[in-house]
Amino acid sequence: MTSPLVQLDRVRFGYSDRDILTDVSLTIARGQMVAIMGGSGSGKTTLLRLIGGQVRAQSGTVQVDGEDVGKLSESRMYAMRRKLGMLFQFGALFTDLSVYDNVAFPLRERTNLPETVVRDLVLMKLQAVGLRGASNLMPFELSGGMARRVALARAIALDPMLMMYDEPFTGLDPISLSTIGQLVRELNDALGAASIIVTHDVAESLALVDYVYFLSGGRVVGQGTPDEIRASTEPFIKQFINGERDGPLPFHKPAPDYALDLGLEQPHD
Amino acid sequence: MKRGMLDFWVGLFIAAGVVAILFLALRVSSQSALPARSTYNVTANFDNIGGLKVRAPVKSAGVVVGRVTNIELDTSRYVAKVTMALDNHYHFSRDSSAEILTSGLLGEQYIGITPGADDKMLTAGSTFKLTSSAIVLEQLISRFLFSKAEDSGDKTNAGNQ
Amino acid sequence: MTDRTGNFFVRFFSAIGEPFTNAFIKTGFAGRFLLSVLRHSPTALTRFRLTMREIWFAGVLSVLIIVVSGLFVGMVLALQGYDTLSRFGASSALGVLVALSLVRELGPVVGALLFASRAGSAITAEIGLMKATEQLSAMEMMAVNPIARVVVPKFWGGVISMPLLAAMFSAMGIIGGYLIGVQLLGLDSGIFWSQMQSSVDLRFDVMNGVIKSIAFGIAVSLIAVFEGYDAPPTAEGVSGATTRTVVISALVILGLDVILTAFMFRGI
Repeated sequence: MTSPLVQLDRVRFGYSDRDILTDVSLTIARGQMVAIMGGSGSGKTTLLRLIGGQVRAQSGTVQVDGEDVGKLSESRMYAMRRKLGMLFQFGALFTDLSVYDNVAFPLRERTNLPETVVRDLVLMKLQAVGLRGASNLMPFELSGGMARRVALARAIALDPMLMMYDEPFTGLDPISLSTIGQLVRELNDALGAASIIVTHDVAESLALVDYVYFLSGGRVVGQGTPDEIRASTEPFIKQFINGERDGPLPFHKPAPDYALDLGLEQPHD
Repeated sequence: MKRGMLDFWVGLFIAAGVVAILFLALRVSSQSALPARSTYNVTANFDNIGGLKVRAPVKSAGVVVGRVTNIELDTSRYVAKVTMALDNHYHFSRDSSAEILTSGLLGEQYIGITPGADDKMLTAGSTFKLTSSAIVLEQLISRFLFSKAEDSGDKTNAGNQ
Repeated sequence: MTDRTGNFFVRFFSAIGEPFTNAFIKTGFAGRFLLSVLRHSPTALTRFRLTMREIWFAGVLSVLIIVVSGLFVGMVLALQGYDTLSRFGASSALGVLVALSLVRELGPVVGALLFASRAGSAITAEIGLMKATEQLSAMEMMAVNPIARVVVPKFWGGVISMPLLAAMFSAMGIIGGYLIGVQLLGLDSGIFWSQMQSSVDLRFDVMNGVIKSIAFGIAVSLIAVFEGYDAPPTAEGVSGATTRTVVISALVILGLDVILTAFMFRGI
């Protein structure tokens, strides 16, 4: 087996006042599709930023295709990012550029291809997401699902080795949702790329991916193939998959005694 | 916004800005009498320069021929040493005189050069031999009052004799 | 009791000190940001089309407010100046008064204040929104440096536009003064222009005014792009940053004006 494409080893990351990730280790092989699940604020998006080199780990190593992301110089970092594609939560299309120019953006900025080749590539990518007909529209004229498909076309414009999806299913109607889901799977197989999907959409992603990591409180609390996850008896995973309100992840944020807070009882010491 | 239109408007904007600067340069202002043209420095010593300032004009027969470039106190003789840059086109004989004049009653002060008759000319670094200082209004008034008082004093003295 | 007063003093002084510490941190960040902008500035020239687009937004779209305000300011100067000058029988110096006030002070300063509120706030809002909607992050992930691609053209677009706008403001103001002085109040047109021309010095007055407007252009553009880039990526964050751009720009313009004026016109 070749070396894994992405490898995180005991990564810790935090801002001055609080830790986001305390101790995360995970491995993603080439061609594999991995979902990272966890509640809101569990550091899933931060994980993608670490892999993309937008933030650096305070300890531990992040390796992408054999390179230690935390130690790259700025120019090497930009070279490394050419191998990555990322789909942002709401697409992050450039609002002042048309759909066509959005998809052409990475081609124009990072290659010296003649405009005719750029045109062919853009139309191919738009065809792949089924939106060749929308190439002259502006981003504000698109629905949420369409915007995300355009962003997907833009992310795959340079045939990345690793695709990262930040909450690709959030806020989509069921049709758009399954469209995006199928696209993601097809693209992964067609590109031969690895994919990381950060999500909390359980049903959709369990049907798609090859492997699942669960994040909670800044660490990996569970992992396995979708079948293993479904069969898991671990309390956190069960709570998450079944959407139970209370469990290892409590409904209440720790607080002083309720009655005491309301002043119904005198503190007795 | 089509590309051509953007180019057009930006071009028009830059052209309008340049026209505005040219308007300020050509219609509103004038080059000070001595632009980058070459000059030579001469000095003149005055007992009192009154309100003369650096950059004040130097005129001869009402034509600006230079500017005052420096004013300092010569502590060996306690006179004001005024350095002025004169235009290379204008030359004055060595016995020319420099005086500090006032344009109008309360206007700005400038240096007036009255040409002399000598064959030799002032060159860079030379000094005006003949100068007359600024007229200071207070001194003028006090002198006037003093002479009045003297006059009347003479008269009373004459009456007593 | 002593503990409480001690606590009070600690809190009092840290309350005084905190804005300063924050200001220092922010100034340091702004300095590093400026270096980064300058380092990537060649992009503004090699890809001048990007800069042209920003000249359109910062410059062309500000022309209307600049031209109209300039005209009004010049007219008011002429009306006020005439009233005062005619008391001393010096109404022939009206052109000089209008031109000197505009060229030296009002053109660069009022021009820059208007530019900050029209273009500076728009630049901040645009960069801030790009940040809030993750467009800058997306760019970074596409291995395109957002400072080189977005910030630098906006910065240079502002720097190029500002002196041109200030000159337009002054020129329109003088035309406004002419309309009031000559057309309305009946001063002699020849005296109006010739007095003006003989008293306003090209290098001393006009060039110093242009230098001022270049300095203000650099200051306002830098503040605008910095506040946008530094804005918290939320709706409130962007609106707060937009307000800060206008407020800080106004203070910096006026403060810088005092310093520049002291250096430039001290000899007079």
